[in-house]
Amino acid sequence: MTASPPSSVRTVARHLLAVAALSLSFALPVQARDITLLNVSYDPTRELYVDFNRAFAAHWKARTGDSVTVKQSHGGSGKQARSVIDGLEADVVTLALAYDIDELAERAKLIPADWQKRLKHNSSPYTSTIVFLVRKGNPKGIRDWDDLVKPGVSVITPNPKTSGGARWNYLAAWGYALKKTGSEAKARNFVGALLKNVPVLDSGARGATTTFVERGIGDVLLAWENEALLALKELGPEKFDIVAPSLSILAEPPVTVIDKVVDKRGTRAVAQAYLEYLYSPEGQTIAAENYYRPIDPAVAAKFAKQYPKVTLFTIEDVFGGWTKAQKTHFADGGTFDQVFTRK
Amino acid sequence: MIFTRTLLRRHSVLPGFDLALGFALLYLSLIVLVPLSAAFLKTATLSWGQFLEATTTPRVLASYRLTFGASLLAAALNALFGLIVAWVLVRYDFPFKRLVDALVDLPFALPTAVAGIALTAIWAQNGWLGQWLPFQVSFTPLGVWVALVFIGLPFVVRTVQPVLEDVNQELEEAAATLGATRWQTFAKVVFPILSPALLTGFALAFARALGEYGSVIFIAGNMPMISEITPLIIISKLEQYDYAGATAVAVVMLGVSFALLLAINSLQAWARRRQGML
Repeated sequence: MTASPPSSVRTVARHLLAVAALSLSFALPVQARDITLLNVSYDPTRELYVDFNRAFAAHWKARTGDSVTVKQSHGGSGKQARSVIDGLEADVVTLALAYDIDELAERAKLIPADWQKRLKHNSSPYTSTIVFLVRKGNPKGIRDWDDLVKPGVSVITPNPKTSGGARWNYLAAWGYALKKTGSEAKARNFVGALLKNVPVLDSGARGATTTFVERGIGDVLLAWENEALLALKELGPEKFDIVAPSLSILAEPPVTVIDKVVDKRGTRAVAQAYLEYLYSPEGQTIAAENYYRPIDPAVAAKFAKQYPKVTLFTIEDVFGGWTKAQKTHFADGGTFDQVFTRK
Repeated sequence: MIFTRTLLRRHSVLPGFDLALGFALLYLSLIVLVPLSAAFLKTATLSWGQFLEATTTPRVLASYRLTFGASLLAAALNALFGLIVAWVLVRYDFPFKRLVDALVDLPFALPTAVAGIALTAIWAQNGWLGQWLPFQVSFTPLGVWVALVFIGLPFVVRTVQPVLEDVNQELEEAAATLGATRWQTFAKVVFPILSPALLTGFALAFARALGEYGSVIFIAGNMPMISEITPLIIISKLEQYDYAGATAVAVVMLGVSFALLLAINSLQAWARRRQGML
């Protein structure tokens, strides 16, 4: 029935369409890009970065129009660092110990040696500490580190040889004894006595939590504060209490951009912004919501109720930094081996 | 060269021997030899003194004792009970036999970490089985042995089973008519036929137990000098970025287990020869 329009009309229409399409493409901003980043992290930050990545993607989209997808990789801190050394292309790493990131500079030359000075606060956007998780009502009356060396008290901690968290535990105990007695020899005896009370050395922090919580072994679990608070939330405060020792270590899990990778992939700007966003009020709030201690004073004040009051010392003050602490205490033949093999 | 080739060609029954041999060698090199030689190369960066130091500290020696001891004991128990399981599966009919038969393979299929966590939960002092025992299983060397028994069972059953199925029952009937007791029949007729397969199963279970990490790590307790397995020592050396030290311990393990497996293989060859003479 309907006759096709004369060919001239069709040509005009086609021209119009072409012009419209052309002007439309000029009106739009430059084509938005899809960017992926890989964040290689350690075990207990899984929930933190799920929240943070979502927030950062929204922030980046609003700022540049680009979509960022951040892929996460979690595992033991040392294992994760070794994967990056062996060629896993991480744009950023967010690990448990500065020592593990130092190895990326030293061994694989992926980052400069002074990486820790590149971001504020030793490149640690959030901190934590080591606290005690005890059974409800604290039947053994554990108040401070001194109670952990008493006979009949069973202490659960993972193995410092295989777990970054366990190294913080060990150094926290050592630092406490050192500050209290002022003597290296007494600190060694103190830690030796504490380790005598350890019936099981799990290979990782989550394993130690399972041993304490599920298997019912031990009177006290030495744990990252954020893990202890999370355990309390997940398992119910009617089963466990958190005891804060008078003195503990300031655990600073650091972050850095992997220069060799971001330069190769052309992702330096976004990777840099990703880590800096951790320091923003939004990033700090997300860290606090996941029970890490924020370093931003305003955010810290808002969440102050959440954290018990503990006097904190740094690894820099007491042990002269990670590399030195690692060598003295955890390398083969170090103090950890000495207190254990001396029988 | 030409001579050997014609010789081989004359003797080989299957066609395409050259190609098949070439493929087998290439495949084995890529899959087995290259990764293994990497371990030896890393170790070669150590001097002899450093090598000895890395592989003979008291902690490492204690871990060898535990790993090799528990693996041998676990393989031994598996040889005994694996034989009984295979015997029952081959010789008897009972309800749900297929299900039981399939159960044997579960330790193969289960991710080892899952097995480890499950075993730890069962044998812990508040676990299903552990609570009835007057002594501790989880987090002791005994726990290590329990885990190694678990993962080793299918090796013995699955190597003995087909051989047992092929045993000619007429031989046993003949023995019986000649006046042999049931035990004599088993010891002199059936067992010699089974022993090479049983040895193979034992060797496989043993070799698997040596390298086992996932299922053992949760139940072991990992106390230095007491319940620390050698694979954990290797992992903890890696954790210190001591690649050379880690591979040095691995090389010692490989060396010892290769010697042991070679010994078992020769034993097996000897058993087969003896059986041929019978």
